[in-house]
Amino acid sequence: MSREHILKVRGLGIDFGGLTAVNGLDLDVYEGEIVGLIGPNGAGKTTVFNMLTHVYKPSRGEIIFCGENIASKNIVETNKAGIARTFQNIRLFNNLSVLDNVRIGYHNTITYSPLTAVLRLPAFRKQEKEITEKSMELLKILGLGDQAEVIAGNLPYGAQRRLEIARALASGPKLLLLDEPAAGMNPQETGDLMDMIRFVRDHFKISVLLIEHDMKLVMGICERITVLNYGMLLAEGTPEDIQNNPEVIKAYLGE
Amino acid sequence: MKSNKNILSVLLNKRHKGRTISYTLVVAAWIILTVLQRGGHVSSLIAGLLVPITCYMVAALGLNLNVGISGELNLGQAGFMSVGAFTAVCISGYLAASIPAAPLRLAIALIGGAFVAVIFGLVIGIPVLKLQGDYLAIVTLAFGQIIKSIITNMYLGFDENGFQFSFVQNTTELAPGGKMLLNGPMGATGTQRIATFTAGVILVLIALMIIYNLIWSKSGRAIMAARDNRIAAELSGINITNTKMLSFVVSAGLAGAAGALYGLNYSTLVPNKFDFNTSILILVYVVLGGLGNMNGTMIATVVLVLLPELLRSLQDYRMLIYAVVLIVIMLITNNEHLKTWFKSIRSKQADSRKEAA
Repeated sequence: MSREHILKVRGLGIDFGGLTAVNGLDLDVYEGEIVGLIGPNGAGKTTVFNMLTHVYKPSRGEIIFCGENIASKNIVETNKAGIARTFQNIRLFNNLSVLDNVRIGYHNTITYSPLTAVLRLPAFRKQEKEITEKSMELLKILGLGDQAEVIAGNLPYGAQRRLEIARALASGPKLLLLDEPAAGMNPQETGDLMDMIRFVRDHFKISVLLIEHDMKLVMGICERITVLNYGMLLAEGTPEDIQNNPEVIKAYLGE
Repeated sequence: MKSNKNILSVLLNKRHKGRTISYTLVVAAWIILTVLQRGGHVSSLIAGLLVPITCYMVAALGLNLNVGISGELNLGQAGFMSVGAFTAVCISGYLAASIPAAPLRLAIALIGGAFVAVIFGLVIGIPVLKLQGDYLAIVTLAFGQIIKSIITNMYLGFDENGFQFSFVQNTTELAPGGKMLLNGPMGATGTQRIATFTAGVILVLIALMIIYNLIWSKSGRAIMAARDNRIAAELSGINITNTKMLSFVVSAGLAGAAGALYGLNYSTLVPNKFDFNTSILILVYVVLGGLGNMNGTMIATVVLVLLPELLRSLQDYRMLIYAVVLIVIMLITNNEHLKTWFKSIRSKQADSRKEAA
């Protein structure tokens, strides 16, 4: 079964001063796949996400996204190329409403100019109505339909995580990066989250790359798993392979 | 589908509320004051303050977009007012003969003042807004001082042969019938006073329209997103520099128009009028009225422009009382108990409205 690469990372690395945080990382995500990125604390998982989204500039290596090397692009171009993400430490626009948070996700699909907005021309009304309706749809899918008017900073923790996903989806990504989406959730919520991630993948026809410490979630929904340790690739394979890999067991449990 | 529509209309109404209050306040104030003025019930002190109040209001509203909505500290709003004022005075002085109709000349002068202020805003913003941190505060602070010094040293006049300009020393030699527009430290003199209260009110309404319509659009959301979380905003595809530039330049343009109206309200205008104190004063209007709160800004402007004038009878104690009142207002408006009390009243009102519906 040969599927199309959506993301192909080769030899990715970054140095902070003299410290090499990630080195020689290879990572593949195919179309429509859910891939897990796991590893002990401090392995460099979030650093990989930060490089993929150009929050950090990679020191070396290639990031080939949809056939194009995007390693030298900037953070805004990453969004336009079709990568969206959530954050381990939630980064919402806390003083804005839930609805506005999602509408910001549609920023680049809106074409009217500031002048059109000031004069409230028909193009403004039409596009605002369109994206407001789309945003409400998204919020319903993520179970936030009743909370559109709530100020994002006042949402409970789990809802904030879902709102981040809604905002990420609004930009119409091809690849969604989720950084510890189940952090701080109870088993019930984690179960719902797993269903939701699968639904989102099928509904929006996207690929998902996720960092997670909750092994039930990782083993439950990931089709392939990449394991990082000390910034290096430790293992790569199906959940069964990874569970039985002695190197991985050693990294997690020690000798 | 029906509930969806309801939510949409609720959201729209909510937004329109603050806006409607603003427009109503301004128009009501205009009607009342105009009627009172016709009847001769307005003291000359208040009448003389009407135009300046609208000018400070527009400058403060612009600054609130920059400081409250965008979250960038700007300490040079008076500098932009100064640029706008002297540009407008020059334009008006130059066109006095060719365009005798005062309202048209006023409009052209205001647009000219705003335009030049926008150009200065761009020149300052392009290098500074690429940086993160408080650089904008420092640079705008310097800008205010520099612009004051430059205008203090500028001599500009015209006669039938065209413009004559000199710097530091007045070397202009005008033919008879020529006119000096800028006179160095003496500023602009002999300006026709064509600013009117009505023009000021229209300017305030235009400023409100620009600011509200900008805030509740793609650009406004981007401005607030960049303020709340820079990285998340960038990853949502927002160009932070352009976004901050928009709010900064609109703020500068409004200050320019405000300054233009101010300049055309007096026959003499000295560059020292727009110094650092004026910038801080405008910032105080914004902070006191509440960051991001346009109605608050307008009310604070009115109160704080009138207060020192009304306290004149206290003579030496005037500024002391002014400062005390300022501190008391700040303490009261930031009092948690009062805030929760106001909130409880509001939620009660909302509940009773729900029951009624």
